[in-house]
Amino acid sequence: MADPAVEKSPAEIVSEGQHNKDFKPPELTGEIGAPPVRDGMIVKGVTSAIKPHMAKPEIQSKLGFPETLVDNWEEVAVRKLGELLERYKSLQVYLDICVRCGSCTDKCQFYLGSSDPNNMPVARAELLRRVYKRYFTTEGRIFGKMAGAQKLDLGVLSDWYAYFHQCSQCRRCSVFCPYGIDTAEISMAAREIMDSIGLGQQYVNAILGKVHEIGNNLGMNPKALAATLESTEEDLEEETGQKIRLPLDEEGAEVLMVTPSADFFASPHVESLLGYAKVFHQAGISWTLSTAASEAGNFGMFIGNYSQMRKVASRVGVAIREMKTKRLVVGECGHAWRIAYSFWNTLIGPFDTLDPKYPAPQHICEFTLDLVKRGAIKLDKSANDEFTVTFHDSCNVARGSAMGDRPGGQFTIPRELIKASCSRFVDMDKDTIREKTFCCGGGGGLLTDEIMQIRVQGAMPRVQALNSVMQSDGVNFMALICAICKAQLTKVLPKYGIPVSVAGGVHQLVGRAIELGAKA
Amino acid sequence: MSGLTIVFSLFFYIAFNIFLVGILLKLWKYAATPAPLKIPQTPAPKTAAGVGFRMFQEVALFKSLFRGNKLVWLGGYIFHLGLLLVFIKHFRFLLPSTPLLLDNFVKYDLYTGFILLGALAFLFILRLAIDRHFFISVINDYLLLGLLMAIASTGLLSRFWPGGGVKANIPEIKAFVGGLFSFHPGPVPLNALFLIHFSLVMILLMYFPFSKMMHAFGVFFSPTRNQIDNSRQKRWGPWTVRTPGRPQPEEPVYAQPSFAVSDED
Repeated sequence: MADPAVEKSPAEIVSEGQHNKDFKPPELTGEIGAPPVRDGMIVKGVTSAIKPHMAKPEIQSKLGFPETLVDNWEEVAVRKLGELLERYKSLQVYLDICVRCGSCTDKCQFYLGSSDPNNMPVARAELLRRVYKRYFTTEGRIFGKMAGAQKLDLGVLSDWYAYFHQCSQCRRCSVFCPYGIDTAEISMAAREIMDSIGLGQQYVNAILGKVHEIGNNLGMNPKALAATLESTEEDLEEETGQKIRLPLDEEGAEVLMVTPSADFFASPHVESLLGYAKVFHQAGISWTLSTAASEAGNFGMFIGNYSQMRKVASRVGVAIREMKTKRLVVGECGHAWRIAYSFWNTLIGPFDTLDPKYPAPQHICEFTLDLVKRGAIKLDKSANDEFTVTFHDSCNVARGSAMGDRPGGQFTIPRELIKASCSRFVDMDKDTIREKTFCCGGGGGLLTDEIMQIRVQGAMPRVQALNSVMQSDGVNFMALICAICKAQLTKVLPKYGIPVSVAGGVHQLVGRAIELGAKA
Repeated sequence: MSGLTIVFSLFFYIAFNIFLVGILLKLWKYAATPAPLKIPQTPAPKTAAGVGFRMFQEVALFKSLFRGNKLVWLGGYIFHLGLLLVFIKHFRFLLPSTPLLLDNFVKYDLYTGFILLGALAFLFILRLAIDRHFFISVINDYLLLGLLMAIASTGLLSRFWPGGGVKANIPEIKAFVGGLFSFHPGPVPLNALFLIHFSLVMILLMYFPFSKMMHAFGVFFSPTRNQIDNSRQKRWGPWTVRTPGRPQPEEPVYAQPSFAVSDED
């Protein structure tokens, strides 16, 4: 079988993928149905070779993971799985109770876009569940394959490496599961196991290393960050004629702003940063960014590693105390907001130094809408008259967090803010928004170019729904509140023939509409 | 006590104990495993009462399944409802005297068992007919449906097939089954249909704790469904709950000194 001259190591067998550059995106038919069945058979494994680059040894060792696939990987992986089962109720319960009812099978954007049945949520979870059954359950030991139990071998590990990196941990499947089985929890556990045997993902783990070392995902050191902010301030003054500041490390400011580092110079992210700055300026609220906490994103969640996530988050805890700020506001970033809303108080709380009126992290949309409602800032809708706007609910915001005091605030607050900034707003198909929203296709650590094919395929349902309202209502702007959505869609939309300018931030609209200097 | 009575009584006590102890051990495992982070899923209630209502909707109405797949919901809902009614009807074999309401229910309800069997067949067919469902099904999924259908069929035959001869044995069945629970079983009725039905149910009980049937209890432990979305009001601190023999999540580290930030380009 294997030619001895080109014999591959287990690590190569498991991690080597094919990167198809000529790949054509799915057609925009307006339909988001389950893939058509050819001759009554589903083609298994069509995306099994789409794999991210394996993390280099120096990247792995920085995070304390083995440098490359360890020799006794089966033993280590099974031991790690056992450890995680004792640590996470979600994993233990979810691996036990799936009845394979099929409710989730047509809900995942990666299945809908790729038609590879291993991307059906239950099939993806079964990749781990089979191994769980084989090593940890009586049923699996007695019935073996009949119960779906399977030994962890190189083939299984290879499938894990492919398919657990074709899940964006968006949790859409879980909405439709009768028991709330959360595939994100399962894919996080699988990635944690793979890291523990030395099989890491280059993109995510390299970024984690950069955050620990330098402070943010982009690897901008404090000097570069200060210089960038300074030149952006100059641009802002030129544009508006006003001295609008982008303060950095200013102790005693009222608000600490934690935002994804992409906001500092990526496009269209930076437009939202300008929006935040104008809001703070016009409302007269002092604020500061921080070099220690120059990143809202936290890729520790993507690899399911509690320690990594805690270590990244602790930068924010340090910044609040060092800057002595009274409020904590988080910029436009989906998974960051889930972590800020749901996890920060566990990871770095209690927030006992914050103003008791604002004792928890706030989303920038909550913050801005509150100012609009109180009349502290005024928005001129006509500034955005060239746009008909729709809103993409980011998966982590929609299904893993909230805003405001009332349930569903994460849906209503950004929409209210958009409607206050422009005259024409249209929602996309109701099965593709709110808690049923589709992921952009780039979340969960998938935002790396070698797996572009699955990113484009995963974006299919979102792009179909967007294209429909573009055709029917003339929508030409999709407002986003996530740095990953922005990066993914600006790259993927052109492949579907949709102009890149359609994707932009909510605070991009706010920044255009805000009336500067017109204080009542 | 005849040898056969001893064999079937032992069968019952062993099966029932595996069922009970197996479930209790699983429940202990579920309860003792920490949930280190808040992961409630939208629409997440903000109060405990809200979570109770949400759980009620899931357990009593299969709400999420209804949103996900109407056909499976239909089959699954009718099956579970039928199972509940048939389960209640079986109390006439346990109670020394049958309450009037139950007696009338049994007398006039001639359909539930057939509907239950039909729903099981429907679920079986869905697994075969929908290609996605066929892809994800494992042999044990079919075996479990088959076992349930066999139980339902033998039960229906014993009630409605005069040739089965179960009717004549009803007082004996009462004495045997009711007696099992008071540890004084009467002689086991020598009726083939009854013995097959009884044995299949024992097999089901023994399989229960080790199988996907644990979803009946597991759903109450599902963090995406049972957590309150109150992370803004109340700090979620899993390290404060210490369960013997379980690893504990690490405590927060915010009080650390400043991070060294590299100035190198």
